[in-house]
Amino acid sequence: MSILVDSSTRVLIQGITGATGSFHALQMMEYGTQLVAGVTPGKGGGLFADRVPLFNTVAEAVKATGANASAVYVPPPFAADAIMEAADAGVSLIVAITEGIAVLDMVRAKRFLQDKPGVRLVGPNCPGVITPGARCKIGIMPGHIHRPGRVGVVSRSGTLTYEAVFQLTQLGLGQSTAVGIGGDPVNGTDFVDCLQMFNRDPETDGVIMIGEIGGSAEEAAADYIAREFTKPIAGFVAGVSAPPGKRMGHAGAIIAGGKGTAAEKIRALEKAGVLIAASPTELGTTLQEALRRGPRKS
Amino acid sequence: MKIHEYQAKEIFAKYGVPVPRGFLAHTPEEAESAAVRLGSPVLVVKAQIHAGGRGKGGGVKVVKSPGEAREAASQMLGMMLKTHQTGPGGQKVRKVYVEEGLPIARELYLAATLDRATSRITFIASSEGGVEIEETAAKHPEKILRQSVDPAVGFLDFQGRALAFGLGLPSEVANKFVGFCRALYRAYVETDASLAEVNPLVLLKDGGIVALDAKMNFDDNALYRQKEIVGYRDIDEEDPIEAKAKEFDLSYIALDGNIGCMVNGAGLAMATMDTIKLVGGSPANFLDVGGGASQEKVTAAFKLILADKKVRAILVNIFGGIMKCDVIAAGVVAAAKDVRLKVPLIVRLEGTNVDLGKEILRTSGLPIIAADNLRQAAEKAVAAASGRL
Repeated sequence: MSILVDSSTRVLIQGITGATGSFHALQMMEYGTQLVAGVTPGKGGGLFADRVPLFNTVAEAVKATGANASAVYVPPPFAADAIMEAADAGVSLIVAITEGIAVLDMVRAKRFLQDKPGVRLVGPNCPGVITPGARCKIGIMPGHIHRPGRVGVVSRSGTLTYEAVFQLTQLGLGQSTAVGIGGDPVNGTDFVDCLQMFNRDPETDGVIMIGEIGGSAEEAAADYIAREFTKPIAGFVAGVSAPPGKRMGHAGAIIAGGKGTAAEKIRALEKAGVLIAASPTELGTTLQEALRRGPRKS
Repeated sequence: MKIHEYQAKEIFAKYGVPVPRGFLAHTPEEAESAAVRLGSPVLVVKAQIHAGGRGKGGGVKVVKSPGEAREAASQMLGMMLKTHQTGPGGQKVRKVYVEEGLPIARELYLAATLDRATSRITFIASSEGGVEIEETAAKHPEKILRQSVDPAVGFLDFQGRALAFGLGLPSEVANKFVGFCRALYRAYVETDASLAEVNPLVLLKDGGIVALDAKMNFDDNALYRQKEIVGYRDIDEEDPIEAKAKEFDLSYIALDGNIGCMVNGAGLAMATMDTIKLVGGSPANFLDVGGGASQEKVTAAFKLILADKKVRAILVNIFGGIMKCDVIAAGVVAAAKDVRLKVPLIVRLEGTNVDLGKEILRTSGLPIIAADNLRQAAEKAVAAASGRL
């Protein structure tokens, strides 16, 4: 078990023939991901890397291969359309890697997804989802820093996810599933969704969550953790030193109108019982300490 | 992306959001002739900078004649206007907007922006016009009205009526207000805005409603399809180093400290700044070189960091994933040689092929200080910046 993906996950890639898509398609195959189809409009009928069949539409790809997850590498102007196409074709997990999608495109795409209750979107602007125990990697994370284990990771930031994962691997703990939910203001899956899944997952013993400035997703997570979450949890929030009004790289990472500061988020998470790491260097050991303290509630 | 008030009003007017008549002026003479053309007994001269709170800093003046308009403009033009939204040094005023004064009955607040919690555009209105919405939210949260817009159907008339009657507007004004909101929504959506704020929106003594002030921000990710909006960009209002960084596809924000940072990934870049602060130092910048961290990008990044004369040490923190540490190390070494780096360079590498990468740094012949983790790197950078290493 794990969350979101497992050994039955059959993946298609939208935008597989682009530079980023093809590079990561090969990386995903090398890791062991079951890549069953690629979609590039106009290239249907061909093969990618001599073995992955290409289709013009997601619906055709799903019908022919039984794909149940999609990785979206389509360039920003067309990415929201690609997400909606996958949702319309009934793909149950859509992982949108693309960075730089216009906010209003995502507002419309999310509205479209409301009418597709069986469909989950992760991202956009995220590293993706990986379950090392199932050799299933959907995204751009370096596969070899992961190892099968029993700690869940959920993060708004890509490289900070890698930091957490790497430390868990070095400590011998490994990961059940690591999820990057992305740094955009409008995204699909949020912290609470992931925490709910980790809470139910019998193969996850503890969780590291990594937030950053902007929005109120960490505060919502803190509310949920205080209410229902039973497992040991460690956290980190990036941007304690970020000045207000400046967009710190990610479109969503901005302190606006005095809201969304790291200090507020850390306060809320600590109050909910999350053990906060002082710096990313201590992510792994802080989680170890949380595990040592044991379950938060029975 | 930000624009000036006069530009936002131009957009408003195009979409049918009522605004006062006004003209832009770059000199006191232009301000005087603008006042003559307006022919209004009361005029307002407003400094145009990309920051709010201009009134309190002396950037808005009410005058009674073209001569007074000229005088007000000559005081404002060239001044460093300080508001709570500018840096401590203020922002230089290069142009003023001269408007007709209007007989105001009531001041209200209206804005459209993205509500991240619902992933929808939300209209926010308050009877407390001219006051910052954060202040109203803190003191009188009950006075804030909201309407969330379903993107499938857009802003609906009943939502406008709910706001109008909630604000206590007379019923003959309510319909005008609904039209105002619909026009504002169209302006927002069609320009890919991220904020459209009218503060204050004024109810005039004759029953009209007008956007007395206008502020619009835009989604940077959508600029590729907003050529007209891109044309509103004013380089003078931007930090020159930040503007330069954009050319190299680097994300750079200048800060006050003396430790330059170069990091891959926005979250890790913020965490690096945080860790420098945590161990008693002060970062000079936020800089995300992105996933690639190629030699060209690293060279450009070094040049940007060194353009800031306060920098006493540089901390490079790279997590090599797909991009391997040995490749990154070679890039850092070549770039450091290329820019003839004089300040201490602290490098923390982690990830794929880290041992190979560290070997390249060690044998480079450059005085690079290696660190095993971020905290240690930050401590070494702080020591180096204060001359203790």
